Amino acid sequence: MFRETTVNTALVAILVAVPLVAQAAGEPFIITLATKVAIFAMAGVGLNIALGYGGLVSFGHAAFFGIGGYAAGILASHAQSYTPLMTWPFAIGGTQQMLIIWPVALAASGIAALVIGALSLRTSGVYFIMITLAFAQMVFYFAVSWPAYGGEDGLPIYVRDKFPGLNTLDPLQFFAVAFACFLLAVLVSVVLSRSRFGLALQGARQNVERVRAVGIDPYRLRLVAFVISGMITGLAGALYADLNRFVSPSMLSWQTSGEIMVFVILGGVGRHFGPLAGAALFILLEHELGSVSEYWQFLLGLLLLLVVLFAHGGLIGVLTRRPHRD
Amino acid sequence: MSALLELSRVTAFYGESQALFGVDLQVGEGEAVALMGRNGMGKTTTIRTIMRMLRHSDGSIRFSGRDLGPLASHRVARAGIGLVPEGRRCFAPLSVEENLVSAARSGPWDIAAVTRLFPRLGERLSQKAGLLSGGEQQMLAIGRALMTNPRLLILDEATEGLAPVVRQEIWAAIRDLKSAGLSILVVDKSIRELASVADRCVVLEKGESVWAGATGDLTHDVTARYLGV
Repeated sequence: MFRETTVNTALVAILVAVPLVAQAAGEPFIITLATKVAIFAMAGVGLNIALGYGGLVSFGHAAFFGIGGYAAGILASHAQSYTPLMTWPFAIGGTQQMLIIWPVALAASGIAALVIGALSLRTSGVYFIMITLAFAQMVFYFAVSWPAYGGEDGLPIYVRDKFPGLNTLDPLQFFAVAFACFLLAVLVSVVLSRSRFGLALQGARQNVERVRAVGIDPYRLRLVAFVISGMITGLAGALYADLNRFVSPSMLSWQTSGEIMVFVILGGVGRHFGPLAGAALFILLEHELGSVSEYWQFLLGLLLLLVVLFAHGGLIGVLTRRPHRD
Repeated sequence: MSALLELSRVTAFYGESQALFGVDLQVGEGEAVALMGRNGMGKTTTIRTIMRMLRHSDGSIRFSGRDLGPLASHRVARAGIGLVPEGRRCFAPLSVEENLVSAARSGPWDIAAVTRLFPRLGERLSQKAGLLSGGEQQMLAIGRALMTNPRLLILDEATEGLAPVVRQEIWAAIRDLKSAGLSILVVDKSIRELASVADRCVVLEKGESVWAGATGDLTHDVTARYLGV
Protein backbone atom coordinates (compact mmCIF):
# COMPACT_ATOMS: atom_id res chain seq x y z
CA MET A 1 0.00 0.00 0.00
CA PHE A 2 0.97 3.65 0.20
CA ARG A 3 3.31 5.35 2.58
CA GLU A 4 1.65 7.73 5.01
CA THR A 5 3.51 10.74 3.58
CA THR A 6 2.24 9.86 0.09
CA VAL A 7 -1.33 9.69 1.35
CA ASN A 8 -0.95 12.97 3.22
CA THR A 9 0.55 14.73 0.21
CA ALA A 10 -2.24 13.42 -2.01
CA LEU A 11 -4.90 14.62 0.44
CA VAL A 12 -3.41 18.11 0.62
CA ALA A 13 -2.99 18.20 -3.17
CA ILE A 14 -6.65 17.30 -3.64
CA LEU A 15 -7.71 19.93 -1.13
CA VAL A 16 -5.77 22.56 -3.10
CA ALA A 17 -6.78 21.27 -6.53
CA VAL A 18 -10.53 21.14 -5.91
CA PRO A 19 -11.05 24.91 -5.34
CA LEU A 20 -8.71 25.77 -8.21
CA VAL A 21 -10.66 23.57 -10.61
CA ALA A 22 -13.94 24.89 -9.19
CA GLN A 23 -12.73 28.45 -9.77
CA ALA A 24 -11.92 27.66 -13.38
CA ALA A 25 -15.29 25.96 -13.81
CA GLY A 26 -17.10 28.86 -12.16
CA GLU A 27 -18.44 26.83 -9.21
CA PRO A 28 -17.86 29.03 -6.15
CA PHE A 29 -20.00 26.76 -3.99
CA ILE A 30 -17.44 23.96 -4.34
CA ILE A 31 -14.75 26.37 -3.13
CA THR A 32 -16.87 27.08 -0.07
CA LEU A 33 -17.14 23.33 0.55
CA ALA A 34 -13.35 22.97 0.33
CA THR A 35 -12.97 25.88 2.76
CA LYS A 36 -15.34 24.13 5.12
CA VAL A 37 -13.19 20.98 4.86
CA ALA A 38 -10.04 22.97 5.72
CA ILE A 39 -11.75 24.61 8.70
CA PHE A 40 -13.32 21.41 10.04
CA ALA A 41 -10.00 19.61 9.54
CA MET A 42 -8.31 22.32 11.57
CA ALA A 43 -10.84 21.92 14.37
CA GLY A 44 -10.06 18.20 14.21
CA VAL A 45 -6.31 18.83 14.31
CA GLY A 46 -6.92 20.70 17.56
CA LEU A 47 -8.97 17.88 19.08
CA ASN A 48 -6.44 15.33 17.82
CA ILE A 49 -3.77 16.81 20.10
CA ALA A 50 -5.94 16.02 23.14
CA LEU A 51 -7.59 12.87 21.83
CA GLY A 52 -4.93 11.35 19.59
CA TYR A 53 -1.77 12.12 21.52
CA GLY A 54 -3.05 12.66 25.02
CA GLY A 55 -5.81 10.03 24.96
CA LEU A 56 -8.15 12.67 26.38
CA VAL A 57 -11.60 11.96 25.01
CA SER A 58 -13.02 15.46 25.10
CA PHE A 59 -16.70 15.60 24.24
CA GLY A 60 -16.72 19.34 24.72
CA HIS A 61 -14.58 20.78 21.97
CA ALA A 62 -17.62 22.54 20.52
CA ALA A 63 -17.19 24.97 23.41
CA PHE A 64 -13.83 26.11 22.03
CA PHE A 65 -15.08 26.04 18.45
CA GLY A 66 -18.04 28.19 19.43
CA ILE A 67 -16.07 30.54 21.68
CA GLY A 68 -13.67 31.19 18.80
CA GLY A 69 -16.70 31.79 16.58
CA TYR A 70 -18.32 34.17 19.04
CA ALA A 71 -15.02 36.05 19.48
CA ALA A 72 -15.12 36.77 15.75
CA GLY A 73 -18.86 37.48 15.76
CA ILE A 74 -18.89 39.78 18.77
CA LEU A 75 -15.90 41.84 17.65
CA ALA A 76 -17.34 42.16 14.16
CA SER A 77 -20.81 43.09 15.40
CA HIS A 78 -19.40 45.95 17.49
CA ALA A 79 -17.36 47.16 14.56
CA GLN A 80 -20.43 47.01 12.32
CA SER A 81 -22.62 48.94 14.73
CA TYR A 82 -19.83 51.34 15.78
CA THR A 83 -20.52 50.57 19.44
CA PRO A 84 -17.69 49.98 21.89
CA LEU A 85 -17.19 46.48 23.25
CA MET A 86 -16.57 47.97 26.67
CA THR A 87 -16.01 51.41 28.10
CA TRP A 88 -14.68 50.62 31.53
CA PRO A 89 -11.91 50.47 32.79
CA PHE A 90 -10.74 51.41 29.32
CA ALA A 91 -12.57 51.68 26.03
CA ILE A 92 -12.29 48.80 23.57
CA GLY A 93 -14.07 48.88 20.24
CA GLY A 94 -14.94 46.11 17.83
CA THR A 95 -12.82 45.17 14.86
CA GLN A 96 -13.13 43.42 11.53
CA GLN A 97 -9.42 42.70 11.19
CA MET A 98 -8.74 38.97 11.27
CA LEU A 99 -5.23 39.63 12.55
CA ILE A 100 -6.78 41.13 15.70
CA ILE A 101 -9.74 38.76 15.87
CA TRP A 102 -7.57 35.64 15.74
CA PRO A 103 -5.43 36.41 18.79
CA VAL A 104 -8.64 37.26 20.68
CA ALA A 105 -10.23 33.96 19.56
CA LEU A 106 -7.07 32.07 20.55
CA ALA A 107 -6.93 33.77 23.94
CA ALA A 108 -10.64 33.32 24.67
CA SER A 109 -10.70 29.63 23.74
CA GLY A 110 -7.36 29.12 25.51
CA ILE A 111 -8.69 30.60 28.75
CA ALA A 112 -11.86 28.53 28.45
CA ALA A 113 -9.75 25.40 27.86
CA LEU A 114 -7.59 26.26 30.87
CA VAL A 115 -10.61 26.52 33.17
CA ILE A 116 -12.46 23.52 31.73
CA GLY A 117 -9.27 21.46 31.53
CA ALA A 118 -8.11 22.33 35.04
CA LEU A 119 -11.34 20.92 36.46
CA SER A 120 -12.00 18.09 33.99
CA LEU A 121 -8.49 16.66 34.13
CA ARG A 122 -8.97 15.83 37.79
CA THR A 123 -11.19 13.04 36.51
CA SER A 124 -10.54 10.41 33.89
CA GLY A 125 -12.28 7.93 31.63
CA VAL A 126 -16.03 8.24 31.30
CA TYR A 127 -16.16 11.03 33.90
CA PHE A 128 -13.81 13.12 31.82
CA ILE A 129 -16.04 12.65 28.78
CA MET A 130 -19.12 13.64 30.76
CA ILE A 131 -17.60 16.63 32.49
CA THR A 132 -16.23 18.11 29.24
CA LEU A 133 -19.69 17.60 27.73
CA ALA A 134 -21.29 19.29 30.73
CA PHE A 135 -19.02 22.34 30.44
CA ALA A 136 -19.75 22.66 26.74
CA GLN A 137 -23.47 22.48 27.46
CA MET A 138 -23.08 25.23 30.05
CA VAL A 139 -21.46 27.47 27.44
CA PHE A 140 -24.17 26.48 24.95
CA TYR A 141 -27.03 27.45 27.27
CA PHE A 142 -25.23 30.63 28.24
CA ALA A 143 -25.07 31.64 24.57
CA VAL A 144 -28.72 30.72 24.04
CA SER A 145 -29.84 32.89 26.91
CA TRP A 146 -27.60 35.88 26.28
CA PRO A 147 -29.78 38.35 24.38
CA ALA A 148 -27.03 40.92 23.82
CA TYR A 149 -25.47 38.77 21.13
CA GLY A 150 -28.51 37.30 19.45
CA GLY A 151 -29.30 34.53 21.91
CA GLU A 152 -30.87 31.60 20.17
CA ASP A 153 -31.02 33.44 16.84
CA GLY A 154 -27.29 33.91 16.58
CA LEU A 155 -25.27 36.82 15.40
CA PRO A 156 -24.73 37.84 11.76
CA ILE A 157 -21.42 39.15 10.40
CA TYR A 158 -22.67 41.30 7.51
CA VAL A 159 -19.35 41.71 5.77
CA ARG A 160 -16.66 39.04 6.13
CA ASP A 161 -13.75 40.12 8.32
CA LYS A 162 -10.70 41.48 6.55
CA PHE A 163 -7.19 40.21 6.02
CA PRO A 164 -4.54 42.71 4.89
CA GLY A 165 -3.84 42.48 1.18
CA LEU A 166 -6.63 40.02 0.45
CA ASN A 167 -10.23 40.24 -0.56
CA THR A 168 -11.77 37.76 1.85
CA LEU A 169 -15.13 37.98 0.09
CA ASP A 170 -13.55 36.21 -2.85
CA PRO A 171 -14.12 32.50 -2.11
CA LEU A 172 -10.72 31.41 -3.40
CA GLN A 173 -8.83 34.00 -1.36
CA PHE A 174 -10.76 33.10 1.77
CA PHE A 175 -9.99 29.45 1.07
CA ALA A 176 -6.30 30.37 0.94
CA VAL A 177 -6.57 31.97 4.38
CA ALA A 178 -8.32 28.93 5.87
CA PHE A 179 -5.92 26.52 4.16
CA ALA A 180 -2.86 28.39 5.46
CA CYS A 181 -4.29 28.29 8.99
CA PHE A 182 -4.97 24.56 8.64
CA LEU A 183 -1.39 23.88 7.49
CA LEU A 184 -0.04 25.95 10.36
CA ALA A 185 -2.15 23.94 12.80
CA VAL A 186 -0.80 20.68 11.37
CA LEU A 187 2.72 22.05 11.69
CA VAL A 188 2.11 22.87 15.36
CA SER A 189 0.74 19.37 15.89
CA VAL A 190 3.74 17.73 14.18
CA VAL A 191 6.32 19.77 16.07
CA LEU A 192 4.47 19.22 19.34
CA SER A 193 4.14 15.45 18.91
CA ARG A 194 7.87 15.07 18.26
CA SER A 195 8.99 17.29 21.12
CA ARG A 196 9.83 15.96 24.55
CA PHE A 197 6.50 17.38 25.69
CA GLY A 198 4.58 15.50 23.01
CA LEU A 199 6.44 12.25 23.63
CA ALA A 200 5.73 12.45 27.35
CA LEU A 201 2.08 13.19 26.52
CA GLN A 202 1.90 10.01 24.46
CA GLY A 203 3.68 8.17 27.24
CA ALA A 204 1.14 9.40 29.78
CA ARG A 205 -1.66 7.98 27.66
CA GLN A 206 -0.12 4.57 28.21
CA ASN A 207 1.03 4.81 31.80
CA VAL A 208 0.83 7.76 34.13
CA GLU A 209 3.11 6.37 36.82
CA ARG A 210 5.97 5.84 34.42
CA VAL A 211 5.70 9.45 33.35
CA ARG A 212 5.85 10.55 36.97
CA ALA A 213 8.87 8.29 37.48
CA VAL A 214 10.81 10.37 34.95
CA GLY A 215 9.92 13.58 36.76
CA ILE A 216 6.97 14.86 34.75
CA ASP A 217 3.66 15.94 36.26
CA PRO A 218 1.02 14.29 34.04
CA TYR A 219 -1.67 16.74 35.14
CA ARG A 220 0.24 19.78 33.95
CA LEU A 221 1.31 17.96 30.81
CA ARG A 222 -2.29 17.19 29.90
CA LEU A 223 -3.54 20.61 30.86
CA VAL A 224 -1.06 22.32 28.54
CA ALA A 225 -2.02 19.89 25.75
CA PHE A 226 -5.71 20.52 26.38
CA VAL A 227 -5.22 24.28 26.21
CA ILE A 228 -3.25 24.12 22.95
CA SER A 229 -5.88 21.73 21.61
CA GLY A 230 -8.71 24.09 22.56
CA MET A 231 -6.94 27.10 21.07
CA ILE A 232 -6.49 25.49 17.65
CA THR A 233 -10.14 24.42 17.61
CA GLY A 234 -11.06 27.95 18.73
CA LEU A 235 -9.22 29.54 15.83
CA ALA A 236 -11.02 27.15 13.48
CA GLY A 237 -14.26 28.40 15.03
CA ALA A 238 -13.36 32.02 14.26
CA LEU A 239 -12.76 31.07 10.63
CA TYR A 240 -15.99 29.10 10.50
CA ALA A 241 -17.92 32.13 11.73
CA ASP A 242 -16.37 34.15 8.92
CA LEU A 243 -17.10 31.46 6.37
CA ASN A 244 -20.79 31.47 7.22
CA ARG A 245 -20.80 35.16 8.18
CA PHE A 246 -22.93 33.98 11.05
CA VAL A 247 -22.44 32.65 14.58
CA SER A 248 -25.10 30.79 16.48
CA PRO A 249 -25.28 28.56 19.54
CA SER A 250 -25.38 25.54 17.23
CA MET A 251 -21.60 25.92 16.93
CA LEU A 252 -21.51 25.19 20.67
CA SER A 253 -23.90 22.26 20.61
CA TRP A 254 -22.92 18.73 21.57
CA GLN A 255 -23.59 17.62 17.99
CA THR A 256 -20.71 19.85 16.94
CA SER A 257 -18.46 18.20 19.55
CA GLY A 258 -19.51 14.85 18.13
CA GLU A 259 -18.81 15.94 14.57
CA ILE A 260 -15.30 17.15 15.40
CA MET A 261 -14.72 13.79 17.07
CA VAL A 262 -16.04 12.03 13.96
CA PHE A 263 -13.49 13.87 11.77
CA VAL A 264 -10.70 12.62 13.98
CA ILE A 265 -11.92 9.03 14.33
CA LEU A 266 -12.92 8.66 10.69
CA GLY A 267 -9.55 9.94 9.49
CA GLY A 268 -7.42 8.10 12.03
CA VAL A 269 -6.81 8.99 15.66
CA GLY A 270 -3.34 10.38 16.34
CA ARG A 271 -2.45 10.96 12.69
CA HIS A 272 -1.47 14.44 11.65
CA PHE A 273 -3.59 14.50 8.51
CA GLY A 274 -6.31 12.19 9.81
CA PRO A 275 -8.72 15.06 10.54
CA LEU A 276 -8.35 16.26 6.94
CA ALA A 277 -9.29 12.83 5.59
CA GLY A 278 -12.17 12.63 8.07
CA ALA A 279 -13.52 16.12 7.43
CA ALA A 280 -13.24 15.69 3.66
CA LEU A 281 -15.19 12.44 3.72
CA PHE A 282 -17.77 13.96 6.06
CA ILE A 283 -18.37 16.96 3.80
CA LEU A 284 -18.40 14.74 0.73
CA LEU A 285 -21.03 12.46 2.26
CA GLU A 286 -23.06 15.39 3.54
CA HIS A 287 -23.00 16.99 0.11
CA GLU A 288 -23.53 13.91 -2.05
CA LEU A 289 -25.85 11.88 0.14
CA GLY A 290 -27.55 14.89 1.67
CA SER A 291 -29.08 15.67 -1.70
CA VAL A 292 -30.31 12.08 -2.03
CA SER A 293 -31.82 11.62 1.39
CA GLU A 294 -32.18 13.68 4.53
CA TYR A 295 -31.24 10.53 6.44
CA TRP A 296 -27.66 10.62 5.08
CA GLN A 297 -26.34 10.58 8.62
CA PHE A 298 -27.58 7.02 8.92
CA LEU A 299 -24.99 6.06 6.33
CA LEU A 300 -22.38 8.19 8.09
CA GLY A 301 -23.14 6.27 11.28
CA LEU A 302 -22.78 2.98 9.44
CA LEU A 303 -19.44 4.09 8.00
CA LEU A 304 -18.21 5.22 11.40
CA LEU A 305 -19.23 1.86 12.82
CA LEU A 306 -17.25 0.05 10.13
CA VAL A 307 -14.19 2.23 10.73
CA VAL A 308 -14.32 1.71 14.48
CA LEU A 309 -14.87 -2.05 14.14
CA PHE A 310 -12.56 -2.91 11.26
CA ALA A 311 -10.20 -0.05 10.51
CA HIS A 312 -8.49 0.98 13.70
CA GLY A 313 -6.21 3.45 11.97
CA GLY A 314 -9.15 5.22 10.31
CA LEU A 315 -9.05 6.16 6.64
CA ILE A 316 -5.34 6.89 6.72
CA GLY A 317 -4.80 3.51 8.36
CA VAL A 318 -6.78 1.79 5.59
CA LEU A 319 -4.89 3.59 2.83
CA THR A 320 -1.51 2.84 4.35
CA ARG A 321 -2.49 -0.58 5.73
CA ARG A 322 -0.88 0.45 8.98
CA PRO A 323 -3.27 0.39 11.87
CA HIS A 324 -0.74 2.28 13.99
CA ARG A 325 0.98 5.59 13.65
CA ASP A 326 4.45 5.62 12.02
CA MET B 1 29.75 8.03 54.34
CA SER B 2 26.82 10.47 54.34
CA ALA B 3 23.41 8.97 53.66
CA LEU B 4 21.87 10.03 50.36
CA LEU B 5 18.61 8.22 51.01
CA GLU B 6 17.47 7.56 54.53
CA LEU B 7 14.29 5.80 55.61
CA SER B 8 13.62 5.58 59.27
CA ARG B 9 10.80 3.60 60.90
CA VAL B 10 8.62 3.96 57.80
CA THR B 11 5.12 2.52 57.99
CA ALA B 12 2.55 2.47 55.22
CA PHE B 13 -0.94 1.20 54.52
CA TYR B 14 -2.83 -0.02 51.49
CA GLY B 15 -6.25 1.26 52.52
CA GLU B 16 -6.97 -0.47 55.83
CA SER B 17 -4.27 -3.06 55.69
CA GLN B 18 -0.80 -2.26 56.89
CA ALA B 19 1.97 -3.15 54.44
CA LEU B 20 5.06 -1.64 56.07
CA PHE B 21 5.61 -1.97 59.80
CA GLY B 22 8.87 -0.09 60.19
CA VAL B 23 11.49 0.01 57.48
CA ASP B 24 14.95 1.39 58.14
CA LEU B 25 17.12 1.82 55.12
CA GLN B 26 20.13 3.91 54.14
CA VAL B 27 21.87 4.35 50.86
CA GLY B 28 25.10 6.33 50.97
CA GLU B 29 26.60 8.46 48.23
CA GLY B 30 28.10 6.11 45.63
CA GLU B 31 26.89 3.04 47.50
CA ALA B 32 24.92 0.09 46.16
CA VAL B 33 22.38 -1.41 48.52
CA ALA B 34 20.36 -4.57 47.96
CA LEU B 35 16.84 -4.72 49.32
CA MET B 36 16.05 -8.37 49.96
CA GLY B 37 13.18 -10.46 51.19
CA ARG B 38 10.77 -13.13 50.07
CA ASN B 39 7.76 -12.33 47.92
CA GLY B 40 5.18 -10.13 49.61
CA MET B 41 7.54 -8.86 52.31
CA GLY B 42 7.29 -5.24 51.20
CA LYS B 43 10.19 -4.61 48.83
CA THR B 44 8.12 -3.05 46.05
CA THR B 45 5.93 -1.28 48.60
CA THR B 46 9.04 0.28 50.12
CA ILE B 47 10.09 1.51 46.68
CA ARG B 48 6.59 2.84 45.98
CA THR B 49 6.74 4.73 49.26
CA ILE B 50 10.12 6.25 48.40
CA MET B 51 8.71 7.35 45.02
CA ARG B 52 5.60 8.78 46.75
CA MET B 53 3.33 6.51 44.74
CA LEU B 54 2.16 5.44 48.16
CA ARG B 55 2.03 7.79 51.17
CA HIS B 56 3.76 6.61 54.29
CA SER B 57 1.86 7.10 57.51
CA ASP B 58 4.71 7.29 59.97
CA GLY B 59 8.48 7.56 60.07
CA SER B 60 10.54 9.68 57.72
CA ILE B 61 12.00 9.47 54.24
CA ARG B 62 14.82 11.86 53.46
CA PHE B 63 16.78 12.25 50.27
CA SER B 64 19.93 14.32 50.32
CA GLY B 65 18.72 15.80 53.60
CA ARG B 66 15.35 16.78 52.16
CA ASP B 67 12.09 15.37 53.50
CA LEU B 68 10.31 13.60 50.65
CA GLY B 69 7.07 13.40 52.61
CA PRO B 70 5.29 16.42 51.15
CA LEU B 71 6.51 15.93 47.59
CA ALA B 72 4.39 14.74 44.66
CA SER B 73 5.65 11.68 42.84
CA HIS B 74 7.14 13.50 39.86
CA ARG B 75 8.96 15.90 42.20
CA VAL B 76 10.77 12.96 43.78
CA ALA B 77 12.01 11.96 40.35
CA ARG B 78 13.11 15.52 39.71
CA ALA B 79 14.90 15.62 43.05
CA GLY B 80 17.20 12.97 41.61
CA ILE B 81 15.75 9.49 42.08
CA GLY B 82 15.50 7.43 38.91
CA LEU B 83 13.19 4.42 39.04
CA VAL B 84 13.29 1.36 36.85
CA PRO B 85 9.87 -0.03 37.69
CA GLU B 86 8.99 -3.68 38.04
CA GLY B 87 7.67 -5.16 34.83
CA ARG B 88 10.03 -3.05 32.71
CA ARG B 89 7.28 -1.80 30.40
CA CYS B 90 8.42 1.07 28.23
CA PHE B 91 6.17 3.39 26.26
CA ALA B 92 5.36 0.72 23.69
CA PRO B 93 4.06 2.92 20.83
CA LEU B 94 7.11 5.20 20.96
CA SER B 95 10.46 4.41 19.39
CA VAL B 96 13.55 3.68 21.50
CA GLU B 97 14.85 7.18 20.85
CA GLU B 98 11.48 8.77 21.67
CA ASN B 99 11.33 6.80 24.93
CA LEU B 100 14.73 8.17 25.89
CA VAL B 101 13.99 11.75 24.80
CA SER B 102 10.72 11.80 26.75
CA ALA B 103 12.68 11.43 29.99
CA ALA B 104 15.67 13.62 29.18
CA ARG B 105 16.99 16.08 31.75
CA SER B 106 20.27 17.85 31.34
CA GLY B 107 23.38 16.15 32.68
CA PRO B 108 26.05 13.67 31.64
CA TRP B 109 23.50 11.02 30.68
CA ASP B 110 22.26 11.57 27.16
CA ILE B 111 21.36 9.25 24.29
CA ALA B 112 25.03 8.80 23.36
CA ALA B 113 25.94 7.77 26.92
CA VAL B 114 23.00 5.36 27.19
CA THR B 115 23.85 3.68 23.88
CA ARG B 116 27.46 3.35 25.03
CA LEU B 117 26.19 1.47 28.07
CA PHE B 118 23.74 -0.59 25.98
CA PRO B 119 25.04 -0.78 22.39
CA ARG B 120 22.01 -2.87 21.45
CA LEU B 121 19.77 0.14 22.01
CA GLY B 122 21.97 2.20 19.72
CA GLU B 123 21.25 -0.25 16.91
CA ARG B 124 17.52 0.01 17.46
CA LEU B 125 16.95 3.70 18.08
CA SER B 126 14.13 4.02 15.57
CA GLN B 127 12.43 0.75 16.46
CA LYS B 128 9.15 0.73 18.39
CA ALA B 129 9.78 -0.10 22.04
CA GLY B 130 6.90 -2.57 21.99
CA LEU B 131 8.74 -4.68 19.41
CA LEU B 132 11.92 -5.06 21.45
CA SER B 133 12.84 -8.27 23.23
CA GLY B 134 12.31 -8.44 26.98
CA GLY B 135 15.98 -7.81 27.67
CA GLU B 136 16.12 -4.85 25.33
CA GLN B 137 13.02 -3.38 26.93
CA GLN B 138 14.70 -3.71 30.30
CA MET B 139 17.78 -1.96 28.96
CA LEU B 140 15.53 0.78 27.62
CA ALA B 141 13.79 1.11 30.98
CA ILE B 142 17.18 1.52 32.67
CA GLY B 143 18.30 3.92 29.94
CA ARG B 144 15.16 5.99 30.36
CA ALA B 145 15.73 6.25 34.10
CA LEU B 146 19.34 7.28 33.47
CA MET B 147 18.21 9.99 31.03
CA THR B 148 16.72 11.83 34.02
CA ASN B 149 20.30 12.07 35.32
CA PRO B 150 19.50 10.70 38.74
CA ARG B 151 21.73 10.69 41.79
CA LEU B 152 20.13 7.47 42.96
CA LEU B 153 18.94 4.69 40.68
CA ILE B 154 16.32 2.27 41.98
CA LEU B 155 16.00 -1.04 40.15
CA ASP B 156 12.98 -3.16 40.99
CA GLU B 157 13.43 -6.74 39.79
CA ALA B 158 15.50 -5.60 36.84
CA THR B 159 16.35 -9.07 35.57
CA GLU B 160 13.14 -10.92 36.29
CA GLY B 161 12.04 -13.29 33.56
CA LEU B 162 15.06 -12.72 31.34
CA ALA B 163 17.35 -15.26 29.69
CA PRO B 164 20.60 -15.91 31.62
CA VAL B 165 22.78 -14.32 28.93
CA VAL B 166 20.74 -11.13 28.96
CA ARG B 167 20.78 -11.08 32.75
CA GLN B 168 24.57 -11.15 32.68
CA GLU B 169 24.55 -8.20 30.32
CA ILE B 170 22.29 -6.20 32.60
CA TRP B 171 24.23 -7.07 35.73
CA ALA B 172 27.42 -6.02 33.97
CA ALA B 173 25.81 -2.68 33.17
CA ILE B 174 24.67 -2.24 36.77
CA ARG B 175 28.23 -2.96 37.95
CA ASP B 176 29.50 -0.33 35.46
CA LEU B 177 27.05 2.20 36.84
CA LYS B 178 28.15 1.40 40.37
CA SER B 179 31.83 1.80 39.55
CA ALA B 180 31.03 5.08 37.82
CA GLY B 181 29.90 6.28 41.25
CA LEU B 182 26.10 6.16 40.91
CA SER B 183 24.18 5.30 44.08
CA ILE B 184 21.98 2.27 43.55
CA LEU B 185 19.14 0.59 45.41
CA VAL B 186 18.41 -2.77 43.88
CA VAL B 187 15.77 -5.44 44.41
CA ASP B 188 16.31 -8.85 42.87
CA LYS B 189 15.88 -12.54 43.47
CA SER B 190 19.39 -13.59 42.54
CA ILE B 191 21.40 -13.35 45.75
CA ARG B 192 24.61 -14.25 43.99
CA GLU B 193 24.34 -11.40 41.54
CA LEU B 194 23.21 -9.00 44.22
CA ALA B 195 26.24 -9.91 46.25
CA SER B 196 28.49 -9.05 43.32
CA VAL B 197 27.11 -5.51 43.18
CA ALA B 198 25.85 -4.51 46.61
CA ASP B 199 28.03 -3.05 49.34
CA ARG B 200 25.30 -3.59 51.87
CA CYS B 201 22.06 -5.54 52.20
CA VAL B 202 18.80 -4.81 53.96
CA VAL B 203 16.43 -7.72 54.55
CA LEU B 204 12.68 -7.20 54.86
CA GLU B 205 10.39 -9.61 56.66
CA LYS B 206 6.66 -8.91 56.86
CA GLY B 207 7.09 -5.24 56.09
CA GLU B 208 9.85 -4.66 58.58
CA SER B 209 13.61 -4.39 58.14
CA VAL B 210 15.02 -7.26 60.18
CA TRP B 211 18.63 -7.36 59.10
CA ALA B 212 21.06 -4.86 57.69
CA GLY B 213 24.75 -5.14 57.16
CA ALA B 214 27.66 -5.45 54.80
CA THR B 215 27.15 -7.95 52.01
CA GLY B 216 30.12 -9.94 53.29
CA ASP B 217 28.36 -10.44 56.61
CA LEU B 218 25.30 -11.98 54.97
CA THR B 219 25.63 -15.42 56.50
CA HIS B 220 23.96 -18.60 55.41
CA ASP B 221 22.00 -18.39 58.61
CA VAL B 222 20.41 -15.09 57.59
CA THR B 223 19.65 -16.14 54.04
CA ALA B 224 18.15 -19.41 55.18
CA ARG B 225 16.01 -17.74 57.78
CA TYR B 226 14.69 -14.77 55.80
CA LEU B 227 15.17 -15.58 52.19
CA GLY B 228 14.48 -19.32 52.22
CA VAL B 229 17.73 -20.32 50.51
